Amino acid sequence: MTSLQTPDDVGAAERFSRWADRNRKWLFAGPSIAFTALLLAIPLGWTLYLSFTDAKRSVRRDFDFNGLENYLGVLTDTERFWPSVWRTFAFTAGALTFELILGMIIALLLWKPFRGQGVVRTIVLLPLVATPVAVGMMWRLLFEPNIGFINEMLSWVGIPPQPWLADPSTSLATLTFVDIWQWTPMVALILLAGLTSLSDEPQEAARVDGANGWQRFWYVTVPLMRPVIIAAVLLRGIDALKTFDILYATKGKGGGAFHDVETLNVYAYGLSFDYNEYGVASAVLILFFLIILAVIWVLQMQRKGRES
Amino acid sequence: MTALDTRAVVAPKPQQTYRKRPLHWTTVGRFVALALIVLAFLGPIVWMVLASFKLNVQIYDPSKAFIFDPTLENYGTVFDPRRGNYLVYIWNSFFVAFMATALSLVLAVPAAYAMSRFVMNKSAMVVLMARIIPGVSLLVPWYFIFAQLKMTGGYLPLVLSHMFVSLPLILYIMMSFFDQMPEELEESAQVDGLTAIGAFFRITLPLSVPGIATATILSFIFSWNNFMFALVLSSSSTKTLPVAIFDFIGYAAIDWGALMAASVVVTTPIMLIALFTQRYIVSGLTAGATKG
Repeated sequence: MTSLQTPDDVGAAERFSRWADRNRKWLFAGPSIAFTALLLAIPLGWTLYLSFTDAKRSVRRDFDFNGLENYLGVLTDTERFWPSVWRTFAFTAGALTFELILGMIIALLLWKPFRGQGVVRTIVLLPLVATPVAVGMMWRLLFEPNIGFINEMLSWVGIPPQPWLADPSTSLATLTFVDIWQWTPMVALILLAGLTSLSDEPQEAARVDGANGWQRFWYVTVPLMRPVIIAAVLLRGIDALKTFDILYATKGKGGGAFHDVETLNVYAYGLSFDYNEYGVASAVLILFFLIILAVIWVLQMQRKGRES
Repeated sequence: MTALDTRAVVAPKPQQTYRKRPLHWTTVGRFVALALIVLAFLGPIVWMVLASFKLNVQIYDPSKAFIFDPTLENYGTVFDPRRGNYLVYIWNSFFVAFMATALSLVLAVPAAYAMSRFVMNKSAMVVLMARIIPGVSLLVPWYFIFAQLKMTGGYLPLVLSHMFVSLPLILYIMMSFFDQMPEELEESAQVDGLTAIGAFFRITLPLSVPGIATATILSFIFSWNNFMFALVLSSSSTKTLPVAIFDFIGYAAIDWGALMAASVVVTTPIMLIALFTQRYIVSGLTAGATKG
């Protein structure tokens, strides 16, 4: 139809080129959207479907609908599900809080040029590019109660050795620390990029008005940085909720013998691949996904609320 | 009071007082803080590397913390052909990361361009959804589909699953890159007789090399480091390095030296890449975050 509208005698190649030009929007974007939809929408739909069935043991075995049974079972499960929800949030909140505070301190320290700045920046970058599984193994040795260097260092200042990862009461906090070690640099770099893009004028105006360093930081820099801070929280928060690698590397299947670091992601993984309870696992995953979406929604509201 | 006070160092007037009292406490505090940061981030990595050159007896002995006879025995264990072919795992990691990155670039760079220029926010949301969704929820269906297609055990499931990580990442980075790129050049190229697609390939794409480099490096790193997808979808012959590390954790005991050597083998290549490309990595990680 389109080719009929061109009156002059044009070749097929030329016509194709014009057609492609007009439709370049979808020619360019289509394959990516199709790829994602295929690998995302179909599996997600399938997971939703499985969550209403009693599928278990083998993916090829027949299964039946059981309505909301999986959801009711999961939501009333105070032994594994709710503790893992709590751990997921405790881990994420703890990690995010410290990553933001320490990240801001590091960003402020790296803000103004000094001799050796390049070296420090490079070193700060190393944890976040390191393979998380290897980072987990590294800290597993450092926190080893008998031979680890952390307890050795504590003994120098007279603090008795701690069990760290070996004890259910301290393992989740220890792993939160590992997450903080690995991802504070990411938050610092994002905040540093934000600081660098700020204009000097509000700072100067506040200085002229007699504001001291802390006042300039708290009443000028932080409000101006608000969108960047929320972006950092959003990026890091989503990943922290889904943390898997360091938990699995240090505590193995099921988040340890007492499930002491079993977050939602670890729990869902265990249900899927250790217990082969696909129906229940799917229900947990759908709930997990809804939790993540809710967190994102709340943060987006925060961002929009202040802007308007 | 805070680090902000250190700006006084660069201001001209207080600098004179600094000359009189070169060891002002903010300078010292700042130096101490920076030293602590370097120690905290570099220390554990150095410890891991040191341990990889120690015999297990030396790892168990605190007096051998820094002074010991380095040995390559652990690396010998890791690369021991009787135990498993570690060179193959290195190749697997490299091949999967390379293929996932290359294919994602082909798909995502034009898509990022279209989504940036035509402001296709809803379409972008669909692709970025891939960054939000928990990976486990996709693994059971994927595993089933790949099993039906008799593809399990090959490279294809691994490459496709890693593309699922790479593609949204590249799209996100390139969209914010194209957002900042002025349209005038493309438009003037079209006035000069290029088609719109021609202008993209001949003008926009060559100018996007820094953005594409950023996206490529980050995509490679994230694919190389990916653990969960390979844990489920790889076989003993296609297993990647993060999965292969677990070979050194037995039920009874952990071979700490070999475990640290294996960890060094997986992280060192990526850290070397980071050393030489840090400018790109930083710009990629912070892409989009600062535009509000």
